[in-house]
Amino acid sequence: MSLRILVGCKRVVDYAVKVRVKPDQTGVVTQGVKHSLNPFDEIAVEEAVRLKEKKLAQEIIAVSCGPPACQETLRTALAMGADKAIHVEVPDAEYATLQPLHVAKIFAKLSERTQANLILVGKQAIDDDSNQTAQITAGLLDWPQATFVSKIEPQGSDSANIVREVDGGLEHIKVKLPAVVSADLRLNEPRYATLPNIMKAKKKPLEKLTAKDLGVDLSARIKVISVAEPPVREAGAKVESVDEMLSKLKELGRI
Amino acid sequence: MHAFCRIGSAHRQLASPAARSVSTLILAEHQAGKLAPATLNAIAASRKIGGDVTVLVAGKDVSGVATEVGKAEGVKKLLVADDASLEGLLPERVAPVILASQKQFNFTHIIGPSTAFAKNVLPRVAAKLDVSPISDVLDIKSEDTFVRPIYAGNAIQTLQAADSVKILTVRASSFDAVSMGGNSVPEVAPKAESVKEDISTYVKSEISKSERPELSSAKKVISGGRGMKSGDNFKMLYDLADKIGAAVGASRAAVDAGFVPNDLQVGQTGKIVAPELYVAIGISGAIQHLAGMKDSKTIVAINKDPEAPIFQVADIGLVADLFKAVPEMLEKIDGYKSK
Repeated sequence: MSLRILVGCKRVVDYAVKVRVKPDQTGVVTQGVKHSLNPFDEIAVEEAVRLKEKKLAQEIIAVSCGPPACQETLRTALAMGADKAIHVEVPDAEYATLQPLHVAKIFAKLSERTQANLILVGKQAIDDDSNQTAQITAGLLDWPQATFVSKIEPQGSDSANIVREVDGGLEHIKVKLPAVVSADLRLNEPRYATLPNIMKAKKKPLEKLTAKDLGVDLSARIKVISVAEPPVREAGAKVESVDEMLSKLKELGRI
Repeated sequence: MHAFCRIGSAHRQLASPAARSVSTLILAEHQAGKLAPATLNAIAASRKIGGDVTVLVAGKDVSGVATEVGKAEGVKKLLVADDASLEGLLPERVAPVILASQKQFNFTHIIGPSTAFAKNVLPRVAAKLDVSPISDVLDIKSEDTFVRPIYAGNAIQTLQAADSVKILTVRASSFDAVSMGGNSVPEVAPKAESVKEDISTYVKSEISKSERPELSSAKKVISGGRGMKSGDNFKMLYDLADKIGAAVGASRAAVDAGFVPNDLQVGQTGKIVAPELYVAIGISGAIQHLAGMKDSKTIVAINKDPEAPIFQVADIGLVADLFKAVPEMLEKIDGYKSK
């Protein structure tokens, strides 16, 4: 059995953008702001492609849930080497309260539909910072989970050795396939899509679905009360010398 | 400064009466046979919700951990699941233990600290209960209204959870730990059902050994960045840390460059710290790093670039070459230390 990989690709506000909170406190400004593939998902896509290059994977299916613009994100994954893509379109109204639980339910349904035996996602999206989708998906499917992963070594056709990043160091585990894996930063260094590959990606198949097609209920689990600016730190002072710094710290009772 | 309300008796009244009486299960965090201090912060968070607090200790050979957490103030019940199969705390085995306790006691809230262990296990539990979990809670406004950071801490979201069971991970540095002085008696936790032991296996852990305080709960942290230039140069920071009893942290750049192991990383993708004193040395202050330390009480920055963004959050900034400033600090700090 060779791997059939479903890889999660979230479209998020680019990591280098300094986000601004909307004046009415309903969210952050996303219109007209640069978006890109969530950096952790980029690592997940890269890992899938490397597994295919090592002839361990047979097919890579990139999945994104959200508004139509997610198709650009999927094209990025296709240009990196995914074989085909599925866009699960979620209208704006529902997208505002879309939670990892909903996305995990979509992934669980898609894993059946595509006969995938490995689901690879980033460990967290850098917009909601939830760090939940892999774990919930594994729970729904009753598959083993390997989260915050910095190394994947498939063993034969039915299991994988995994190294995880945990508090205090690393942990080695072994999971049976099918499994869900979430990528940590140190799993790999994602490649840049080359222009010829970007051109080729335009011709790769992209299937459009809705949550309804998959029988997934997207009703809101949370109500956003407000989104506010974080507390601002008072501007500090510069000191001229190490002595001045140390005496200030002593005054403050910090040393 | 820190605008989130810390737990105190004045806030207890926030908990409003509910149709079902509020009761909380806390997932205890432990490592190498020792209770992780973040557990005590999670208990503090649950007291802000009100109702009875139950603590669950799951693992292999955890009687010592159970004794420790039993001393925490405000714990009504202490459940212990001690079994060899729980070695390594695989989520496929721990989640069923939590679910069995939930089935028997019908908690309204299940809470863990925002640690690698709880972040791994609790969303899996949420899947089984069909609940949308809430990560890294900074403040609890009422039993269903929670405050959490989004966009690497650049926005703060207040949300109301609609699910009947609330599953939360809470940021330890946002809740003052409960004091010790309690006396709960351990009971055997309800038996886990439908555990699939064959799907995952724990092999081993490689834990970095250190005599210094644990990074996420340390009162003082000294961190180095790319400016340290090499792993060997971190020795200066270790020496400085030892002089003032601090933990050592690092920016992602320092970790990626191989100067220090990854578990020292402070930031959005590493550890979130909020010590009394954070000293950033040779760290520019990227958004992702600030996300992990900007709630520290006093921030000191030493950087030769006066434009470095770290100076915008630093209370005390020194524009200097760290290779001159740090040795000078090492030499002079004893003279400044409070007796």
